[in-house]
Amino acid sequence: MALGLEITELRLGLPGHAHSIHPAGVNAVERNEKKRVFSEMSGDCSATTCERKAQNKNQVVGWPPVCSYRRKNSFNDKDRAEATKMYVKVSMDGAPFLRKIDLSSHQGYSNLVTAFEELFGCFGIGEALKDADSSEYIPIYEDKDGDWMLVGDVPWEMFIESCKRLRIKKQSETKNFGLQLNSLKEIQKTND
Amino acid sequence: MNYFPDEVLEHVFDFLTSHRDRNAVSLVCKSWFKVEKWSRHRVFVGNCYAISPERLIARFPRVRALTLKGKPHFADFNLVPHDWGGFVYPWIEAMAKSNIGLEELRLKRMVVSNEGLELLARSFVNFKSLVLISCEGFTTDGLAAVAANCRFLRELDLQENEVEDRKGQWLSCFPDSCTSLVSLNFACLKGEVNLTALERLVARCPNLKSLRLNRAVPLDALQRILMLAPQLEDLGTGSYVHDPDTETYNKLISTFQKCRSIRSMSGFLEVSPLCLPAIYPICSNLTSLNLSYAPGIHGDELIKLIHHCRKLQRLWILDCIGDKGLGVVASTCKELQELRVFPSDPFGVGNAAVTEKGLVAISFGCPKLHSLLYFCQQVTNAALITVAKNCPNFTRFRLCILDATKADPVTMQPLDEGFGAIVQSCKDLRRLSLSGLLTDRVFLYIGMYAEQLEMLSIAFAGDSDKGMLYVLNGCKKLRKLEIRDSPFGNEALLTDVGKYETMRSLWMSSCEVTLGGCKVLAEKMPRINVEIINEYDQMEFGFDDRQKVDKMFLYRTLVGPRKDAPHFVWTL
Repeated sequence: MALGLEITELRLGLPGHAHSIHPAGVNAVERNEKKRVFSEMSGDCSATTCERKAQNKNQVVGWPPVCSYRRKNSFNDKDRAEATKMYVKVSMDGAPFLRKIDLSSHQGYSNLVTAFEELFGCFGIGEALKDADSSEYIPIYEDKDGDWMLVGDVPWEMFIESCKRLRIKKQSETKNFGLQLNSLKEIQKTND
Repeated sequence: MNYFPDEVLEHVFDFLTSHRDRNAVSLVCKSWFKVEKWSRHRVFVGNCYAISPERLIARFPRVRALTLKGKPHFADFNLVPHDWGGFVYPWIEAMAKSNIGLEELRLKRMVVSNEGLELLARSFVNFKSLVLISCEGFTTDGLAAVAANCRFLRELDLQENEVEDRKGQWLSCFPDSCTSLVSLNFACLKGEVNLTALERLVARCPNLKSLRLNRAVPLDALQRILMLAPQLEDLGTGSYVHDPDTETYNKLISTFQKCRSIRSMSGFLEVSPLCLPAIYPICSNLTSLNLSYAPGIHGDELIKLIHHCRKLQRLWILDCIGDKGLGVVASTCKELQELRVFPSDPFGVGNAAVTEKGLVAISFGCPKLHSLLYFCQQVTNAALITVAKNCPNFTRFRLCILDATKADPVTMQPLDEGFGAIVQSCKDLRRLSLSGLLTDRVFLYIGMYAEQLEMLSIAFAGDSDKGMLYVLNGCKKLRKLEIRDSPFGNEALLTDVGKYETMRSLWMSSCEVTLGGCKVLAEKMPRINVEIINEYDQMEFGFDDRQKVDKMFLYRTLVGPRKDAPHFVWTL
């Protein structure tokens, strides 16, 4: 602590408040700080602005402690929507950083591909859905078993249940991929 | 010294039903250990990573009924990453290989695969009962395997599982020769079921006592099924939607009048409130009623229903019943033992659906109440003190104020005194969940008074390490402690490391504990697995011991670090 590295510590409170780890008595400042912490987390910031309040409340993860099954089957559509969002990472070969998309907000593959094209400012990904060999970009996804699969083979509902992350590969960077794609297709055929 | 032949001892031990009693008996002497070991059929494993399947089988070679629990409780609230663990397959595989005569398997918060279910169905000829609670990882194909192969299946009970519904014909996979079903619960399945197959199944199972349908079973099918099974004692309706001005509804009314055995009802996954009067004749016999998944029943309609339920012992309901409705419960349900009030709008702002007033009314009206789960907008110390006085028999008390750090709205004080009154008055309290504005003081009270406490859940509470230390020092019977977003750090964690071997597990997330603190603990206690769960990239986590740990889960174990931990779980 003497090294002045406190500033690098991860902490729960607002910046600028010294938060002692040593046991201390009940301290009104600390208590308020904690209260503000929960309120901060839940977006209920009285200090600022209508703007914040007007936005949807940013819920604290796991609070209130209603189990996820119950949340998903709650009749309250907003809660159900909250509980069934499916954000996954999307990476594209050559892009400097990854993006995230919500699978549950898309209706199907073509819709998804349009979203990719908008996110990364490139076109032609849709070609891969029709004929992977000829497309410049190939969207693949990691499924629940950890395998990388070509996007588009399985029904949409099945895909969104099993997709953990997405990747858009550039054909030029995957010379062997053509062969792999063919064997993937063979495997798909024998499994049908 | 042993004056009795082993058979006599075994017969005597048969009368011991509690696991703790049997565990105690096996410690008396070698011959009792031996007899108990070879006659033990029911085994409970509270943490599947505390022991390995092989060692369990070696210890209890004649196990027939096994209960296993996997993920930590906070996994229910999305605090544990999806692939953390809790796989049942190795257990099924080991028992199959060792020719265990498994008959019953009960799993909670575990990952179950279709392969596991298929292996189970093929390996255990006398398999009778499968109960899955809050599990995931399987589809209806796995259920089809169980239905098709378990010839003597009595119980298939699926509670709140995430099941991928392949919309197949799993119900049709029960062979015509299957007539042994006593309990069938598929309420959590989302897909269509073959109604004809269902009706035929019900018709050929004369011992069916418990049936819980899913949303895909419409009201007219319910009516036909009830005609086939008037002996039912526990009914979960599927979709309870219909036009009351129809022949079908009238038939349902007269059918319900014939079902004199129903003591427990649930379901109403979709409901037309105008159809509720059909169940009034049953209500007078009900001891258990679960309407917590029933959307859109107005408080007034709920009240009309409750008026008929004089024998109710267990009630699960949504907070739209309101304080007024809870008052009706208090004056009607004098036998009430367990009450759960769930939020209908968890993120609602200021929708004062229920407050402390409802709870106080219940405490005056229902002196037998011993188990409570109550989600509300606010609570006062005065109310809790009154509740504590009226209901000294609480064994489970879980209070959740939707605004997690809310003070007493009248006095603006923390709720320390209120919860303190609860622990002081309820000498048999075994489980407690706290919420609201709370300081270290409440933990002082808990440490002093909660002598029987086994499980404690803490969120956004306390001021300093002292709080956690009061609990660890005072609660001698503590088994499970779970803490989130509270300012407890290394000093609290490390003061009495031996304590953790007397407990099943400790969960701490978003607290002040550092990586260094966890490392010290792990080094001192080789029979404790200290898991650091870090969902962000491992590289970024770094090796700075001063860094605070986001999520830590520690548990006692006889088998060392687990081999199936995913990349984001680091066992120190």
